[in-house]
Amino acid sequence: MIPPGEVPPGCTPVITVHGLRNSFGEQVVHEDLDLAVCKGEILGVVGGSGTGKSVLLRSIIGLQTPDEGEIEVLGENMVGRTEDEAKNIRRRWGILFQNGALFSTLTVAENVEVPIREYFPFIKPPLLDEIASYKIAMGGLPPDAGPKYPAELSGGMVKRAGLARALALDPELLFLDEPTSGLDPIAAAAFDQLVRGLQKRLGLTVFLITHDLDTLHAVCDRIAVLADKKVIGVGTIPELLALDHPWIQEYFNGPRGRAAAQSYEEGAEA
Amino acid sequence: MTTISRTKPRVMAEVTDQDSDHGQGSVYRVAGTINIARAATTQREIDAMPDPLTIDLSDINRMDTVGAWIIYRTVRDRGAKVIGASRDEVSLLRQVEEFDVPTRVVPDEPHNFTAILSELGLWIAEAGVTLVGLLGFLGATLIGFANVIRRPKRFRLNAVVQRFDVVGVRALGIIGLMSFLIGIVVAQQGAVQLAQFGAEVYTINLIGRITVRELGVLMTAIMVAGRSGSAFAAQIGTMKITEEIDAMRTIGVSPVEALVIPRMMAATLMMPLLAFWAMLTALFGGGIFVWLQLGYPPATYIQRLQEVIPPTDLWIALIKAPVFGFIIALAGCFQGMLVQGNSEEVGMRTTNAVVQSIFLVIVLDAIFAVFFSSVGWK
Repeated sequence: MIPPGEVPPGCTPVITVHGLRNSFGEQVVHEDLDLAVCKGEILGVVGGSGTGKSVLLRSIIGLQTPDEGEIEVLGENMVGRTEDEAKNIRRRWGILFQNGALFSTLTVAENVEVPIREYFPFIKPPLLDEIASYKIAMGGLPPDAGPKYPAELSGGMVKRAGLARALALDPELLFLDEPTSGLDPIAAAAFDQLVRGLQKRLGLTVFLITHDLDTLHAVCDRIAVLADKKVIGVGTIPELLALDHPWIQEYFNGPRGRAAAQSYEEGAEA
Repeated sequence: MTTISRTKPRVMAEVTDQDSDHGQGSVYRVAGTINIARAATTQREIDAMPDPLTIDLSDINRMDTVGAWIIYRTVRDRGAKVIGASRDEVSLLRQVEEFDVPTRVVPDEPHNFTAILSELGLWIAEAGVTLVGLLGFLGATLIGFANVIRRPKRFRLNAVVQRFDVVGVRALGIIGLMSFLIGIVVAQQGAVQLAQFGAEVYTINLIGRITVRELGVLMTAIMVAGRSGSAFAAQIGTMKITEEIDAMRTIGVSPVEALVIPRMMAATLMMPLLAFWAMLTALFGGGIFVWLQLGYPPATYIQRLQEVIPPTDLWIALIKAPVFGFIIALAGCFQGMLVQGNSEEVGMRTTNAVVQSIFLVIVLDAIFAVFFSSVGWK
C-alpha cells in the first residue's frame, strides 16, 4: 500500500495535505499529517472520537488555520490566503455540515439559492427558482419540501436539503461530514445510494467523514484512517486490514465491522 | 437563417442575418463552455432568438447541470430542437429532465384583510393562553413551596445558596455602579432646574425621595430582570432542549423543586437587599455631587436626608422589592419551561422573559404608587 501523502498511479490529486499540525493549547490533534485525495474518488475518513476528523475537514476548507503544514485544494494553496482569493475556490466546492447548517430563517429553496445569488447575482427568477427546484429534486427531496423552513424538516430531510445546497454551484468537490449520523438505517442506506449516484453522474470528488461501517462498504473507493495524530493508512478495506494496527483490526474486525462486511458481500452476490 | 456563433466566451455574439425573412427559424450555436457562470447571458441570448429554434451543441466542450437545465427548459417551453449533442451531454440533459419536479420557493402567505384578522385573533388567543399558563405555573410553584414546607428535607439548601450568590452577591458591582451614576444624574439635572427658583437646597429632597421611593428599587428590578430573569429562562430552556428536565422527572426529582424554587427564593430574597444597596449608592453618588458642585458638606447632606425622607418611603421600597423579584423569577422560569423544540426558541423565550418581567414590574409599580398614595403614605 502506498503512503498516505502519495497518490496511486493514474490519479490527479484534488486535495493534498502535507505535514499538517493542529493543536488547541497543550493538546496536539494532528502532527505531521499527510493525505492525498484523487479526482473522481469517494474517500472515506474514519477514526475514533476525538482523533480530529472534523478538525482535518475544517483545516482543508479553511475554517481552521493550522499551526504548520501545506494544504492544496483544486491546485490552489489554502494556507495564508486572503478572503478574496479563497472565494474562487469556495465556489468550486460544496460542503454538507454534520447538522445540515441550513439557514433557519430561509426556506429550503431559498437556502439552495443562497450560494447561487452570492456568486451569480445576474441569474433571476424564474430560472433561479427552477435551478433550486431541480437541485432539491436531485437531493432526493419531494417537491413540497421547497417552501418549508428547516425547523419543519426531519433529520434525514435536513441532510438532503444540506446536500442540495452543497450541490447548488455544481461543485467539483464535495465535503460530507458524517452524512448518515442520526439517520435510521433505511434512510442512511438511501442517502448512501444518493451520494454514490450523484458522484457517478456529476463526476464529483467526495471527501466523506463517517462512523458508519455500512457507508464505508457501500460508497467509498478508498478509506483513510486517522489515528495517533496522523493518517495511518489509505486504501481499500482489504489493504487496510493488511496493516497490523490495533485500531484498524478492532474497527473492521469487531462485531459491527464484520456484520457490515457480511451484509455488503451478500448484497453484492444477490 | 439567423445564426449566432460564439467562438469564445465573453465575446459579443455575432449575428448573421441571412434568410430570416423566409421564416426558417434560428439556430443557436455556442462554443466552449455553457455553465452557471454564463447562465444569465446564455438565457438572455436564447430569449432573444425567434422560434422555431434549433440549439447546436456540437462546439460545446464543457456543460454543467445549470447549462443543461437552460437547454432543457428551452426544449420544454419552446419546443426547441437540439442537435450535435455528445453522449455525455445527452445523458446530462436526461438527468436534469428526470429532476424536473417544480417546487415553490416560499410558503403561500395570504396578504389580505382576513390574514390580518386571523393574525390578530391568533395573537390574542396566544396572549390568553400565556396568561393562563403563567397562572398555572404560579399554582405549580406554590404547590412546590407547600411541599417543601411540609417536608423540609426536600429543601435544597445548596442550590438556594448558590443562587443567592449568583443573583445577589455577584450583582452588587454592576447595580452599585449603575445606581451611583443615577444618583449623580438626578442630582445634576435637579440642581439645574431648582437653581432657576433659587431652591438648590431642595436637590437633596429630590435625590432622597426619588431614589429611596422609586428609582432604587425600579432600576434594580430592571437590572435583575436583564441579568437573572434572562439567565433563568436561558438555563431552564437549554435544559429542556437537552432533555435534562425529562431526565430529572424520570429519576423522580421535581423540576419545580430543584430548579424553580431556588431561583424564585433567590430573586425574591435578594431583591430587597439589592434595592437597599442601590438606594445607598445612589444617595452616595448624589451626595458627592451635592458636596462638590453645590458646596453642602456630607454632614449637612445626611442630616437633611434624615429630615426629608419619611420612613414610609423605605417601607414602600422594601415591600415592592420582593414582589418584583418574585415576578421576575416567575416570568423567567415560566418562559424557560415553555421552550420546546430547537435552540432558536431559547433565544425567543429569553427575550420574552425579559420583556414580560420588565413590563409586569412597571405595571405593578404604577399600581403600588396609586395604592400607597391613597393609603396616605405620601
